Amino acid sequence: MTRERIDYTDVLLPYKNMQSSGTALLPKSVYEQNKVSMLAMNFRGPYRIRVDRNKPEPKIEHPYDAIVRVTRSLICGSDLHLYHGLVPDTRIGTTFGHEFTGVVVEVGSGVQKLKVGDHVLVPFNIACGTCPFCSQELYGNCHESNPEATAVGGFFGYAHISGGYDGGQAEYVRVPYADVSPMVIPEGLDIEDAVLLTDVVPTGYQAAEMAGIRKGDTVVVFGAGPVGIMAARCAWLFGAGRVIIIDRLEYRLEFAKQYSYCEAYNFTEMDDPVLFLKKQTDWLGADVCIDAVGCEASGSALQTITGKKLLLQAGAATALHWAINSVKKGGIVSVVGVYGPPFNLVPLGSALNKGITMRGNQASVKRLLPRLIDHVMAGRLNPKGLITHRVPLEEVSDAYHLFSAKLDNCIKPLLIPPKANAA
Amino acid sequence: MATKTEKEQAPMGDRNIADMPKDYIPGWGIDADPENDPTYPMKKWNGADHERLNYPKAPQQDTDVEILKSIERPVVTRVFGSTVPPSGLSGMLRRKAFKYSEGTSAHWMGLILADRINMVEGLIDDLSKGYIPNFFKEWGWPAEWKYNRKKFVQKAAIGTAVTLAAIWLLKKSAKKSR
Ligand SMILES: NC(=O)c1ccc[n+]([C@@H]2O[C@H](COP(=O)([O-])OP(=O)(O)OC[C@H]3O[C@@H](n4cnc5c(N)ncnc54)[C@H](O)[C@@H]3O)[C@@H](O)[C@H]2O)c1
Ligand SMILES: [Zn+2]
Ligand SMILES: [Zn+2]
Repeated sequence: MTRERIDYTDVLLPYKNMQSSGTALLPKSVYEQNKVSMLAMNFRGPYRIRVDRNKPEPKIEHPYDAIVRVTRSLICGSDLHLYHGLVPDTRIGTTFGHEFTGVVVEVGSGVQKLKVGDHVLVPFNIACGTCPFCSQELYGNCHESNPEATAVGGFFGYAHISGGYDGGQAEYVRVPYADVSPMVIPEGLDIEDAVLLTDVVPTGYQAAEMAGIRKGDTVVVFGAGPVGIMAARCAWLFGAGRVIIIDRLEYRLEFAKQYSYCEAYNFTEMDDPVLFLKKQTDWLGADVCIDAVGCEASGSALQTITGKKLLLQAGAATALHWAINSVKKGGIVSVVGVYGPPFNLVPLGSALNKGITMRGNQASVKRLLPRLIDHVMAGRLNPKGLITHRVPLEEVSDAYHLFSAKLDNCIKPLLIPPKANAA
Repeated sequence: MATKTEKEQAPMGDRNIADMPKDYIPGWGIDADPENDPTYPMKKWNGADHERLNYPKAPQQDTDVEILKSIERPVVTRVFGSTVPPSGLSGMLRRKAFKYSEGTSAHWMGLILADRINMVEGLIDDLSKGYIPNFFKEWGWPAEWKYNRKKFVQKAAIGTAVTLAAIWLLKKSAKKSR
């Protein structure tokens, strides 16, 4: 139940007093003498992050908590929205990271299933398991894990809009409701596959699932980032007849073609992507469109200026706009790209006139895990194939910049903390 | 010359590809589910919604840090994150923003404004502790240098030019005012 370490209640006292000043650094002496600080990513403002030792190791704050020593963590397209300063209530000093695996080092008095020493994959959703939403398997929409916003579930390392939890781009993380979502990594499952199962695989899969694909359907996926690539790959599992992916980055389109067995087109080479897709689909429109881009889309000056520069809307809804306009009448638009809470410019008139069904959600990771692990073990999905960069946690600022600026053909960067392999 | 029908103008790859066997794709069609009707929410309906707030709840987490709560719920959630509580001027703005519901711009715009102010507070905080942030590193420019050198040089050149111009202008105005 307990691990070998110093009782740091006294040590933390000065820290608590300093918390009134918010971003307080622990006095150097505190962490050097007592060794309770940990290495963690530290947000300093848009495009500015560093890794430092300004945070104490997390402690059990609730009987259902566990503390996990991180073994791998990933940077997600969602983290880029935080990194770019687009998510409200992203406080200076926050540690990001919602995709991680780790070893349990301590559990609260109420934890029954998880044990110290278990190597777990931790879904990005923090879920209580008993609220009306969790009890109906909507684990991405828990009602008891985020006091700050009722419209958003609790997520790790995703600012205070998602509950104010520190994330996994650190040495240790506090994992609430430890018996609900976290799962012991099954024997034979590669750790790199496991860490991708905490978000990208379920999100891509759910994008295809929400699209209600029928055998033979033509599926258009907007965005060839990790999520879009996985969505395209998963569309086949549902029997798609044809899968088309759209992006502006040539290297990602090339990657997607190979990895997802799909057709890939560059929208910067088209006058009008909607018209192009209409032509591609016998002038009827795609059966299904998936938005795997979200609020930082490029491709429309109007959307970019109003959404990304002036913040008059919650990011640029370009991909969603294209999706609604390129889907057939009575078609389905599935949205996993993330948008900000206030509002966006989307062609609702067309959605209504065409009788479109639109569906979106944060992936319900726990619900999908058993099926997806099966797919990975059987070789039907190869998540770790998405990882292009393996970077020490100490170089987190470079990794963010690389992923954000799409340098060195980056698809998905993996972070490895120095204590990843500690016994 | 006969005009082409619309059908003929469309690239016809579509049908052929759609009808092709998909043996080369591992697991093709394995999860196809004719019952998956997207007009219903994807959940296991059990009537819990109608029980309203009478669901089993975890014990209440305690804390001595300030947690801001959405006014769209009666009490805080049983469990919550306690990192970086609101502080300073940005904290005051955040408290104010949380007086409005999640449906209002006042709430979200207030928070964005607070975030920008918090950034300056963070810098002051660093400096007041004698810590001078290494912007070059924090921006991830070593990666830019390594993988995007052309752009890096460009940016650096512009940066230097702007700084030099600023110094020159300052000097000039200083001379004038003398
Ligand atoms: N719903 C969920 O549970 C969930 C989970 C994870 C990620 N996400 C969201 O999914 C989105 C994608 O994530 P990612 O990790 O793949 O990010 P990413 O930034 O790596 O990928 C986005 C891609 O979209 C491309 N793009 C930009 N504008 C486009 C346009 N108009 N049309 C087509 N493509 C365009 C970009 O070039 C980029 O390759 C993000 O918004 C992320 O927040 C949602
Ligand atoms: Zn993610
Ligand atoms: Zn719940």
